[in-house]
Amino acid sequence: MKPFAFARPADVAEAVRTVAAEPDAVFLGGGTNLVDLLKLGVARPDRVVDVRRLTSREITDTADGGLRIGAAVTNSELAADRRVRERYPVLAQALLAGATGQLRNLATVGGNPLQRTRCVYFTDVSTPCNKREPGTGCSAVGGYTRYHAVLGVDAALPDASAPKTCIATHPSDMAVALAVLDAQVQVLGPGGARTMPFGELHRLPGDDPTRDTVLEHGELITAVDLPPLPAGARSAYRKVRDRASYAFALVSVAAVVADGEVRLALGGVAHKPWRATRAEEVLAGGPVTEHAVRHAMDVELTAAQPQPGIDGGNGFKIPLVTRTVVATVRDLTSEVPA
Amino acid sequence: MPAIGFGTPGAGGTAASVDADITLTVDGEQQRLTVDTRTTLLDTLRERLGNASPKKGCDHGQCGACTVLLDGDRALSCLALAVAHDGAEITTADGLAAGGELHPVQQAFLDRDAFQCGYCTPGQICSAVGVLDEVRRGWPSHASEDLTADPELTHDEVAERMSGNLCRCGAYANIVPAVQQAGGMA
Ligand SMILES: Cc1cc2nc3c(=O)[nH]c(=O)nc-3n(C[C@H](O)[C@H](O)[C@H](O)COP(=O)(O)OP(=O)(O)OC[C@H]3O[C@@H](n4cnc5c(N)ncnc54)[C@H](O)[C@@H]3O)c2cc1C
Ligand code: SF4
Ligand code: FES
Ligand code: FES
Repeated sequence: MKPFAFARPADVAEAVRTVAAEPDAVFLGGGTNLVDLLKLGVARPDRVVDVRRLTSREITDTADGGLRIGAAVTNSELAADRRVRERYPVLAQALLAGATGQLRNLATVGGNPLQRTRCVYFTDVSTPCNKREPGTGCSAVGGYTRYHAVLGVDAALPDASAPKTCIATHPSDMAVALAVLDAQVQVLGPGGARTMPFGELHRLPGDDPTRDTVLEHGELITAVDLPPLPAGARSAYRKVRDRASYAFALVSVAAVVADGEVRLALGGVAHKPWRATRAEEVLAGGPVTEHAVRHAMDVELTAAQPQPGIDGGNGFKIPLVTRTVVATVRDLTSEVPA
Repeated sequence: MPAIGFGTPGAGGTAASVDADITLTVDGEQQRLTVDTRTTLLDTLRERLGNASPKKGCDHGQCGACTVLLDGDRALSCLALAVAHDGAEITTADGLAAGGELHPVQQAFLDRDAFQCGYCTPGQICSAVGVLDEVRRGWPSHASEDLTADPELTHDEVAERMSGNLCRCGAYANIVPAVQQAGGMA
């Protein structure tokens, strides 16, 4: 591991100034992703700036009936909060489906959405990877693609040697729930504070696969705001994985069903938490039957691009994500609410 | 917490290792030590403090053998930088038997024959202590059918909550009853 200086400044403003001033400085939250990447030689910062004790560790009620979650709140604390369990079950379920108790006790709300991809080539410094080493190519194309993207990739089969190719997925479960809840992210940067819709935080690889999000260097997540859900809304998270526990998603679905509205976000299928806006539009105002949901997902997935691979490829995700959406929506619309 | 800083990288970054002064309370004893900023809590405990009860199974957060109680909550010591936990209170499986009397979870592992080679056991035991505390606090899990109800120590609840501790010997069939016994359920 490369040596690094370590700082825990007096407050968030100084933390932001410190990171912004050095191109190779990084923030540290719970460390469950960053420390792993330091050991692997994937992250090579000169300075690590600890923000876990600087940002808020509180969950507070907001004037509009929602919640504000401080960036240092742990994934465990958030999942255990009564208000979250009662009002935002999709979020509690997504958190509880992620990692393990020992990891969730360390993992923070600020760090979780910013964890890097679990693409096996990204974490193996001996292989070409455009996200880790720009311009070296993408080892995943035609390699192990079981955990890779089918949405948000070019319609043409990606080229392994092209300098911008990346078919990685975003691994966070919590982020899929925050996308469906229309959460807002509070950000403090060297130029001041800004608020952005959670759905705009993550980006597709586009012309720069090294960037997972739109945050600029030195921008710190200080809190995440949840707006209230419509009266009577029901929500759920469903995750499909290779093991019953302690495994990342093959696909996952976060859904909110309210009067005349179905909201859907998909995990494990794209470089970012994927809000299924096309499917939502198809379903808007109409009856939420199994047939309608299948049709809506067909529309959503018209541009899906299954990836061949030495592990059999990931084409299975296309029918799987539709079945998972159908099952999740069926549960939300058929059960009698307590 | 006062602001702290160790090391001042120049334009080319830090070439040499950076030392940090920290204080930890481990199994009730205060320890002042100087560690390289890169040192994990796991390596601090094992290599610097000679406490070999937390084990290094994978060093990447994937096995749970390094589990300790960090400020009361179970946590992986292999993914925690020591310098980031300056001031923390840590309890290892070793410290659970302080005074020579076994902790109820340790006794339950003996009673139920919940290990074979024993390599994963200190991590399993710290994790189980954390699980019982989380259940007492009413925390739900992925296995909880009703997110808002108080959880019970059913087989599925224990198996899910303990899923972060792998056992290569496959002693799971006895670990689950041991955790239930320690929780007063069996
Ligand atoms: C074996 C294993 C299994 C896992 N399984 C799952 C799973 O199933 N589902 C899942 O969702 N996750 C899973 N995880 C990932 C885990 O949830 C993340 O590592 C964790 O949420 C990251 O949070 P952290 O606070 O530890 O972040 P850190 O590791 O501290 O930081 C992550 C990144 O965010 C940056 N950062 C941290 N805080 C801030 C902030 N406030 N503002 C701006 N930048 C910040 C850091 O610089 C770093 O780049 C797993 C991890 C492991 C090791
Ligand atoms: S998919 Fe992305 S992260 Fe994985 S090897 Fe290709 S460029 Fe790297
Ligand atoms: S050694 Fe920490 S999880 Fe394996
Ligand atoms: S008892 Fe041998 S690894 Fe668990």
